[in-house]
Amino acid sequence: MKEVSSPRRSVWTRLRGPVLLVAAIVMLSGYLFPIAYMALTSLKPADKIQSMTPGFLFKPGLFGYVEAFTNRRLPVGEAITEEERSKPQWYHRMAVERHNPILGPSGLHRKFLNSLLIAGLATLLSVMFGAAAAYGFSRFRIPAGREVLYFILSTRMLPPVALIIPVYLMYSKLHLVDTYTGLILLYVAFNLSFSTWLMKGFIDEIPKEYEEAAWVDGYTRLRAFFKIVLPQAMTGIAATAVFCFIFSWNEYVFALILSPGGTVQTVPTFLPNQVASGRVEWEAVAGGSILFLLPVMLLTLLLRKHLLRGISFGAIRK
Amino acid sequence: MNVTRFSGIAFPVLSDRVFKWSFVLPAILILVAFNILPLVWALVLSFTDYSPGNPEWHFVGLGNYLEILSGEAYWESFSVTAVYTILSVSLQAAVGFGMALFVRRNFPGRGVVAALFLLPMMMSPVIVGLFWRYLYSPNLGLINQITGWEVDWLSDARFTLWAVVFVDVWMWSPFVMLLCAAGLSSVPAHLYEAAEIDQASTWMKFRRITLPMVAPILVLALIFRTMESFKTFDLALGVAKSAQSAPALVSLKIYGLAFVTWDMGKACALAYLVLALIAGICSIHLRALDQMSRR
Repeated sequence: MKEVSSPRRSVWTRLRGPVLLVAAIVMLSGYLFPIAYMALTSLKPADKIQSMTPGFLFKPGLFGYVEAFTNRRLPVGEAITEEERSKPQWYHRMAVERHNPILGPSGLHRKFLNSLLIAGLATLLSVMFGAAAAYGFSRFRIPAGREVLYFILSTRMLPPVALIIPVYLMYSKLHLVDTYTGLILLYVAFNLSFSTWLMKGFIDEIPKEYEEAAWVDGYTRLRAFFKIVLPQAMTGIAATAVFCFIFSWNEYVFALILSPGGTVQTVPTFLPNQVASGRVEWEAVAGGSILFLLPVMLLTLLLRKHLLRGISFGAIRK
Repeated sequence: MNVTRFSGIAFPVLSDRVFKWSFVLPAILILVAFNILPLVWALVLSFTDYSPGNPEWHFVGLGNYLEILSGEAYWESFSVTAVYTILSVSLQAAVGFGMALFVRRNFPGRGVVAALFLLPMMMSPVIVGLFWRYLYSPNLGLINQITGWEVDWLSDARFTLWAVVFVDVWMWSPFVMLLCAAGLSSVPAHLYEAAEIDQASTWMKFRRITLPMVAPILVLALIFRTMESFKTFDLALGVAKSAQSAPALVSLKIYGLAFVTWDMGKACALAYLVLALIAGICSIHLRALDQMSRR
């Protein structure tokens, strides 16, 4: 009542939205500045990176991205060999253009493929097993079901460094170190608790009556699961899948210890190595990182309606 | 086996019993193989002096545990981890709650703004660590360049802990924000209206309505963060130049014992001590979760 009668209040009510939005944008740009600065760094030429003063003005180029995917000879000076000249690869041509002796691919593209393959398959499997288990826990009476579920969830809370020691020994015996199977299985196991728990919440929300009506129509339980329950739970499954994917994509500890040979190395364990010695080519690190983060950023925005539920392990449903 | 056909696809008719277990068992088996088995294995190892290079290992009873509990270095790493956790969780509570008070207000594009704030925590901690290592670097880093300080953030032990804490707060405050914002939005409006009639001050409203109503969810968020902070590994490795210059967190200690000196028995014992600590925090957490989801 009071609000309506006061003219000052009504102006504020109308302006409040836009003013708050502007404030939000200012705060956001401050908060996300480190990410923006990294994107900027990936476009900087090397001499600007090495400068002792902050430089925001420079002629941008894809320096970071080219360098992330190639190995260069440092210091500059050595030329391409005769043999390489006769059969030039794309990176040789680029080296000539850039007056910078590019030796060849750095292998980052392989690591990206590894990351994609491992995270993709792990997500698929953990959602499949998770959806089945979630349905089981949701619709059937499982002996000690509640305890089993808590237990399943609590495995996610153990420090990964503690779990990895016996897993490493087990994998050494089974020859699973440095294999795709090994890493994928481990990610599935680690994601499964989370995906079961989260999807059980989504399946609980689907009224049982839908299935029961289908049974009356002669559907078997299995058919009703595929035709009624899964389509109804689709958004929940998609959200769970995105969470599993982001986790597997970002994972570091397991990947670090289980890929000593480098054949199945993923991006998060590869990029820090580039900083290990000598002059750090920050533009290359920035380029690789930004490419690596891009999918996660897009997925986070897609996921925004389910973020709360996912990161609270399904405790808060909005 | 009985089969029913719908539009050409055969759906086997399973008894409920078979159906139930064929849905639940695969998940349970995977979890047993990759969680329970390793846990038991680690427990057994923690009573041995096992090392991969040493085929003649022995049971040493409680030896590893006693050595850890009487070793100065281990106590130090526990205390560094505790300080780290307390600092970063309490800062996250303050910053995150402040952000929540802002984000819960109604303005266009609020959902997208909240999601954008969450970007840091969805990113890979090592990669985030690398970003910040660049920002912190003494000569080329933006922080020293802009402030004109000459702080060696990542070599000077007085600063490394704070450097990592700061990044952790940057990454995870939005998590607290998101949970608190949910708590704030569930406060019934009529409480504020009633307070308005009683002409309660803004502080009183905050103190008597907002805080108590949000408290449960804030506690949930903080317990969550405490557990995660205690496990910090990749973020610290990303920010610091090496495991040696990183703050002496327990996770790094376990890693060093197991995969640098290959003293796996002792590493498992240390891991179990950490596990017991986290399990304690975890059980409080699960009880809180349970109460939340029952409401």
